[in-house]
Amino acid sequence: MKFLQNIVEKLEPQFEKGGKFEKLWPLFDGFATFAFVPKHPTSKGAHIRDGVDLKRTMITVVIAMIPCLIFGIWNTGHQHFLAQGMYAGLGDGVLEKFFFGAWRVLPLVVVSYAVGLGVEFVFCIIKRHSIQEGFLVSGMLIPLCMPVDVPLWMVAVATIFAVVIGKEVFGGTGMNILNPALTARAFLFFAYPTKMSGNSVWIADSENLRANVDGFSGATALGDLASTVGIDKTSETATAVMSSFGNDGFYSMYNSFMGFIPGSIGETSALACLIGALILIGSGIGSWKIMFSAVVGGLTMAGIFNLAGANAFMDLNALHQLLIGGFMFGVVFMATDPVSAAHTETGKWIYGFFVGFFGIMIRVFNPAYPEGMMMSILFMNVMAPLIDHYVLQANIKKRQKRMVIQTA
Amino acid sequence: MGSNIKINKGVDVKLQGRLESDEINQLSSSTYALLPSNFHGVTPKMEVKAGDEVLAGTPLFHDKFQEQVKFCAPVSGEVVEVVRGEKRKILEVKILADKELRFKDFGASDPSNMDGEAVKNHLLASGAWPFVMQRPYDVIANPSHDPKAIFISTFSSAPLAPDLDFQIKAELEHFKVALTAMAKLTKGKVHVSVRGGSDSSYLSGISGIEVHEVYGSHPAGNVGTQIHKIDPINKGEFVWTVDVPGLLTIGRLFKTGHFDTSRLVATTGAAMSKRSYFKAYAGIELSKALEGRFDAKSGARLIGGNVLTGATTSHDSFLGFYDYQLTAIPEVEDREFFGWIAPGLNKFSMSNTFFGWMTPNKEYNLNTSLNGEERAFVMSGQYEKVFPMDIYPVQLLKAILVEDIELMENLGIYEVAPEDFALCEVVCTSKINSQAIVRSGLDLMIQEMS
Repeated sequence: MKFLQNIVEKLEPQFEKGGKFEKLWPLFDGFATFAFVPKHPTSKGAHIRDGVDLKRTMITVVIAMIPCLIFGIWNTGHQHFLAQGMYAGLGDGVLEKFFFGAWRVLPLVVVSYAVGLGVEFVFCIIKRHSIQEGFLVSGMLIPLCMPVDVPLWMVAVATIFAVVIGKEVFGGTGMNILNPALTARAFLFFAYPTKMSGNSVWIADSENLRANVDGFSGATALGDLASTVGIDKTSETATAVMSSFGNDGFYSMYNSFMGFIPGSIGETSALACLIGALILIGSGIGSWKIMFSAVVGGLTMAGIFNLAGANAFMDLNALHQLLIGGFMFGVVFMATDPVSAAHTETGKWIYGFFVGFFGIMIRVFNPAYPEGMMMSILFMNVMAPLIDHYVLQANIKKRQKRMVIQTA
Repeated sequence: MGSNIKINKGVDVKLQGRLESDEINQLSSSTYALLPSNFHGVTPKMEVKAGDEVLAGTPLFHDKFQEQVKFCAPVSGEVVEVVRGEKRKILEVKILADKELRFKDFGASDPSNMDGEAVKNHLLASGAWPFVMQRPYDVIANPSHDPKAIFISTFSSAPLAPDLDFQIKAELEHFKVALTAMAKLTKGKVHVSVRGGSDSSYLSGISGIEVHEVYGSHPAGNVGTQIHKIDPINKGEFVWTVDVPGLLTIGRLFKTGHFDTSRLVATTGAAMSKRSYFKAYAGIELSKALEGRFDAKSGARLIGGNVLTGATTSHDSFLGFYDYQLTAIPEVEDREFFGWIAPGLNKFSMSNTFFGWMTPNKEYNLNTSLNGEERAFVMSGQYEKVFPMDIYPVQLLKAILVEDIELMENLGIYEVAPEDFALCEVVCTSKINSQAIVRSGLDLMIQEMS
């Protein structure tokens, strides 16, 4: 590695101030620090520092998402073949499923990273700051929260929107108010609703399959459930939907937990999300307080619905509610984004609880938005500074009260 | 007796380079120097000029804004040079020491028979006053204030810190006299904190003090942590603090009438070849003091104090007025290949992104690498793990950065000193220099309040 280091050190002067390629410094710095931890010494304050930096942190989050990515790749193939009645067994055609899935999913990942990092580079060169690592995570989150049939150009447009409007206009990583990946998803959801919802996007080649396969539905668990809202829960449609959530149904608790159901690429498997959660909590990067309280919030709302029981959707077992749709994925990877979440420890409990609470509420009350989690997290992102404000006010009041007692 | 205090937050950074022995070498050098930069916020006005003869205890300069605060010669001899830098700023006052030290006689006295004013004047006249620090602002105490309490921490929990009990017990009489003197300076209490579980029986029988046992990891030994837990500072209040070497100097002043700054200095750190104590007066030449202990050519970093709060010094400089520990650690030399993914078993980290959590008792040989680049605040909840005060550290730092005085007050700026943020700085993912930010915030408050 000495050899590479020598190259870096030889090139460095050309990119430094006064060098030939001075303007491209962020680009050079980005690559050089990617390959090597720079040898910046401490100059002020503490002389020793923790080994962790933002690169390491972000890479750890990406590692935590890999189970979701791998499962998503397999499941893309699985759902595609399953719809055609091929390789119906879980162990059948594993390689075919992986190849097909990779063929559909990896381009999304590549486009997201290439476009997002491209925009970041441009901003860094214009604003003359070094490359910030935040997009390493967003770049993976964006494809994982998309339906597989989304066109590549839409991913590119959404990524540009998310990086520019969601992040860079506020000043870059650490300054944004909304989670950039969800900003990308929300942008597509409202700009191109037909490609982000409905029954034609969740399984690869849905349009073709619908034309050629009898009885192809292409719906997701949430889509099916939404169809029961507003009709009598004893009606034929409602009971048919609910039976698919039974123990032997397609959306059974087991299938929902393992993720053998259609949905956005990375969101279907609660198990993969839980592995990610373990990595995030174990490494101390993701807040267990947010995850835990979000689950409690989700269960609370779903429990209240169970008691109300006005329609079939409300009757769905509370735990089952959390296993379908993007709930787990949102809780583990989106809600815990440290920048857009509440920053105070007390605030995290409140923030997490309402992420889960509103997530379930929106999906049940408003069938037009089957994915309540996206709305709920974005809404709580906006509310997080307010929560923090009141937590800080409590601390300030305590301090002022102490002063009054002392001087009285 | 006082209370038991448990500090649940914090961390002991375990470093290689602990003291190897209790051996003490008595050292002296031909030149000594007093460095005004050791005294934050003081603008020195010279009272002597080059060529003047001084005794140990003769004032060299005073603070322009508090004339009664004198800074005195640690040794007797001839003032050979007043080194000035840009804009004639005074950098060093050098004294060529006598072979046989002569002390200015301030008269031995018993503080228990003196009133507060007399004790104060005694300390001011003799040059011992600068050991008395005040909070808020973490500067030398303003003698016109009436402190609500005085806080003494008898132990340091910082990495590689020497055992102060060892020094106290060697000079117990001086320590006790100094505590008696402290009790005269305040109408409130003198709070003395000892390490939880240690033997504090030597403190019994001293009137006017309250003893607290403090348990936990660093920053349990920081006086700021203790103040916060025992009797936090409110707006408009002042508390004073004195460290152990300062108290011993004060004790000697009352016992012998001499301003005697001799102290035990521990040489620690992985790059220090001999790790034991030397005894010397403040301002000794480091090249002399570190002979056989530190190789100036090694390129290692020499720190006056501990690795968290000490200032970088150099082999050709002098021992700082407040320094009783010198630490040497290797400078960062190489870039590290793919550091963001390497297992990093040699890296200390509070986060478990490195595999250090598998070896909790490992002692690290850390160098001066920042281990990354400075970024905006991204992570949250990180500082809170090592910051035991009921204060929101990141929010306070942000208030300082935007210079919002009212918010700084509300969030507790009066209770903190830069050293309280040292661990936050260490664990920060974004590599933010929080100690410097807190210092600038305190300086801003001094300006605004005066």
